[in-house]
Amino acid sequence: MPIEAVKLAAEANQWGAILPELILVCIALLLLVLEIVLPKKQHAMIPSVAGLGFAGVLIALHFNFTATYLDQDTFNGLLHHSSSGQLMRIFFVLAGLLVCILGQVSLAKQAMPKVEFYHIVLVVTASMMLLAQSNHFVLFFVALETLTIGLYILVSYFRGNALTLEAGLKYLVSGALSSSLLLFGIVLLYGVAGNPALPSHSANAMHFGELAAFLRANPHNFLASVGIVLVLSGVAFKIGAFPFQIWIPDVYQGAPTPVTAFLAVASKGAGFAVLLILANTVFVSYGWLVTPVLSAMAAATILFGNIAALTQHNVKRLIGLSGVSHAGFLLLGVVAAPLSPMATGAVYFYLFSYLIASFAVFGVMAHVAGANDADQELDHYAGLARERPFLATVLAVGLGSLAGIPPLAGFMGKFFIFIAAFKAGLYGLLAVAIVGVVISIYYYFGWIRAAFFETVVLPPDGETPPAPAHRPIGLVAGLALGTLALGTIVLGFYQGPLGQWLTLR
Amino acid sequence: MSTLSFHPLLLSIAAPLAIALAIALGLPKRWSVKLAYIGFAIPAIVAVVAWWDFAGASKESGYAYLVHYSTGLDGIGIGLKLGLNGVSLPLFVLAGLVGLAAGLYALQSEAERLKIYLMLLLIMQGGLMGIFASIDVFFLYFFHELALIPTFIMIGVWGSRGRSENSYAAMKVTIYLTLGAMLSLIGLIALYSKSGANSFDLIALRAHLAANPIAETLQHNYAALLVVGLGILVSLWPLHTWAPLGYGAAPTSAAMLHAGVLKKFGLYTLVQVALPLLPAGLAHWSHPLAWFAVVGNILIVGLITIAQRDLKQMIGYSSVMHMGYAFLGIATASVIGLGGVVLLMVAHGLSVALLFLLATSIFHRTHTFTMEDMGGLAQKAPVLAAFFVAATLASIGLPGFANFWGELTIFVALWKFSPLITALAVAGVVISAVYGLRSAARIFFGAPTEAFAKVAASHPPTDLRWSEKVPALILLATLLFVGFWPKSLSTSIDAALTPPTPQVAAK
Repeated sequence: MPIEAVKLAAEANQWGAILPELILVCIALLLLVLEIVLPKKQHAMIPSVAGLGFAGVLIALHFNFTATYLDQDTFNGLLHHSSSGQLMRIFFVLAGLLVCILGQVSLAKQAMPKVEFYHIVLVVTASMMLLAQSNHFVLFFVALETLTIGLYILVSYFRGNALTLEAGLKYLVSGALSSSLLLFGIVLLYGVAGNPALPSHSANAMHFGELAAFLRANPHNFLASVGIVLVLSGVAFKIGAFPFQIWIPDVYQGAPTPVTAFLAVASKGAGFAVLLILANTVFVSYGWLVTPVLSAMAAATILFGNIAALTQHNVKRLIGLSGVSHAGFLLLGVVAAPLSPMATGAVYFYLFSYLIASFAVFGVMAHVAGANDADQELDHYAGLARERPFLATVLAVGLGSLAGIPPLAGFMGKFFIFIAAFKAGLYGLLAVAIVGVVISIYYYFGWIRAAFFETVVLPPDGETPPAPAHRPIGLVAGLALGTLALGTIVLGFYQGPLGQWLTLR
Repeated sequence: MSTLSFHPLLLSIAAPLAIALAIALGLPKRWSVKLAYIGFAIPAIVAVVAWWDFAGASKESGYAYLVHYSTGLDGIGIGLKLGLNGVSLPLFVLAGLVGLAAGLYALQSEAERLKIYLMLLLIMQGGLMGIFASIDVFFLYFFHELALIPTFIMIGVWGSRGRSENSYAAMKVTIYLTLGAMLSLIGLIALYSKSGANSFDLIALRAHLAANPIAETLQHNYAALLVVGLGILVSLWPLHTWAPLGYGAAPTSAAMLHAGVLKKFGLYTLVQVALPLLPAGLAHWSHPLAWFAVVGNILIVGLITIAQRDLKQMIGYSSVMHMGYAFLGIATASVIGLGGVVLLMVAHGLSVALLFLLATSIFHRTHTFTMEDMGGLAQKAPVLAAFFVAATLASIGLPGFANFWGELTIFVALWKFSPLITALAVAGVVISAVYGLRSAARIFFGAPTEAFAKVAASHPPTDLRWSEKVPALILLATLLFVGFWPKSLSTSIDAALTPPTPQVAAK
């Protein structure tokens, strides 16, 4: 390669643009170093280094929201920085921080190596942040694989538990399948867009902009449409949309609770960030194909998630399947996005409200769970309100928000999505969504009922079961849970600058 | 526009909510109870002062005390806009007074976990004041839901039936009401999106839609969504089954607030939002609505009410029945009929709250809700008997009580709409007289039954205590006040409902 080209390429490598990701990865490495350097006694402080790192990056991102690189391409078009990308960065860092806090709670109950957990969470978070800003299929795939491989490890982290191992294997197999679908789709798109016989073909067809230009020029190419459907299916695996939701219940049940939260929130968020970019910009000229595919997916996802969740007794499976239905509501927003300008903002708002509420619920789950992390039944929540009122309150707020009950943030999320969908004229999907909301009330309410209205039922032989020793709620975890619950309420009443930013886009 | 940064209307909403939050954050019980008195008193005081002051207050497009706060959603036309017009004022007063009565009753009751109970009631109270003070349709809905959620929890935890029955009732009420709320939400979103006003502000919507009305077929569809959705919330037959069950199980104060005030949200939204914005749509459905109301709510449910043995269940059914009259008034869509609906909402709210309160007082003395096991209570508790008979007469619609004016004006308007329906509706009055008087006779007069004699021997019943009398008096006095001087409300209702003609505008 001539030296000039290298120089030119190097000039586009604005390392400053990915400083947050770099910092996170450096902290990840630092954790490993600390484990070697520090004496055993002080290993307990290593997780707080990870947490502080996340918190620092979060604060820095908040204050540098309108960074100098906004609306620019860097790294020769591998990355595109936008304000929604900044928002998703905050989203992932927040999720990573909360996973670290939950990790403290859950890992304390297990005899497992601890430091690697935080290391992987940091790396995965960084790759999600890159994924949400990717502008090129190569980086897109690399970031996606980094995060998926990290999650393979995390899912089977409690390796002593058979269910966890099963979950890990299932996630590995289905993840590999989805990656290959995605890759095949990318290859098809790349191949057809590089065909010199077609108008606006490109040598750099992995680049989103070039690909979009090609698709605009060839709006009914068969190979391209196959590629698009395959790419969408690959992403649908990540967000757990029907018919690619099949791995969710088992994996969610087997994975450690913090990882379940990570999968449910951050991984889903990453999928939607990508889907918004793809559906809104790259594939926008194939709306005739993308809209019906995603619409059918959204309707089936909402119905399947809610109906399947109805009969669950294991709360991790329940929250997993309810998460499927949330993916359906979000898909509704994605379908509306090319047709109605406020839909994109609505999806982001929904994601944030989902993040806050989900982590509140997962936080409670992590506290209530016993030594066997996969065994968390609805019955275990009986009498929670009487014994641990704080946890019960947080649970009620979180579940209420997930159910979309005003005045909680989840309601506003659904409300925005509904308005956007109505403006986009998606009446049929809206009807499905209403049915979904009403069904969902039943199982969310069942959970709240277990926590509030029921008392512990003694076994018939009259023996009192040994009262499980409640681990006291740690200061950080308690503060985090309280903040999440309060945030859910406040965001429901007052959207403030966030609402302004989202609705005025 | 007011320049006050903390407006009285906002105070009436925020004070109960703030106190509820303080209790949630762990205020000690002694302070919680004291603050709760303030939390229930402030809305009532604001409401009564507004009632007193309303006629002379300066108004802008019919609304007095306008104030606007931004919540960050101005981009899609949502803002917390508060104010009262002639239709919302009576209901605002109703919410304040019934809230005070229910609050006082709850404060004196010996409910388990009183702190949380009070907290939920205060949230409900804040929501109720918000419903009727909001001009923004989004917040109208929002406050309704805010007030609705505590009901579900209160039925489940503090219900007056067995544990599993409470739980079932709570679940059923939740699912029915969520469905109703969702349908009406979609109706409101449809209205918002298709109006083109890009605003949820009722004043802006009215002005915009008066100039460019929505196409007729769309109006039909949206009106159908709203009528069915809100109909579920107001227990329109045959979607009413949640109501008797829920009220039967709900704790007293929750039943008072829900049946008395919160349920009026659906009717209020129909009168205040749907009718002015979708006139052709509602006109299209007025006949089916009227037939459902008269045959279903009034006649069928009326007959079911007669067959009830359980006192609370009976009051629940009777409240479903009276909603039929309100629907009839809405179906007429005339100024007289709607004025009657507003008056009836106030009157019914006061009388049904009073009945629920007294039913619990009766329960404390007879230890049963089954009317056959009562009897002869009047000898032991004459004041209670007097109150109950008065409340029953009010609910039947005897002149002298506010209910009379509501029903009378509705019948007058209904005659023009359809004489046949009027005849059927009037027959309903006889039905309500039958069950009302029969229940009073069974509970209070005649010889004591064996079951009651046994209870009375072990727990000699006392007459109404002051802690029960004060809330009951608040409600009864207001009923009589409006009954003898309906003009205190009807003038402003009339002014708000009459379409603005040049003469009125000049005034």
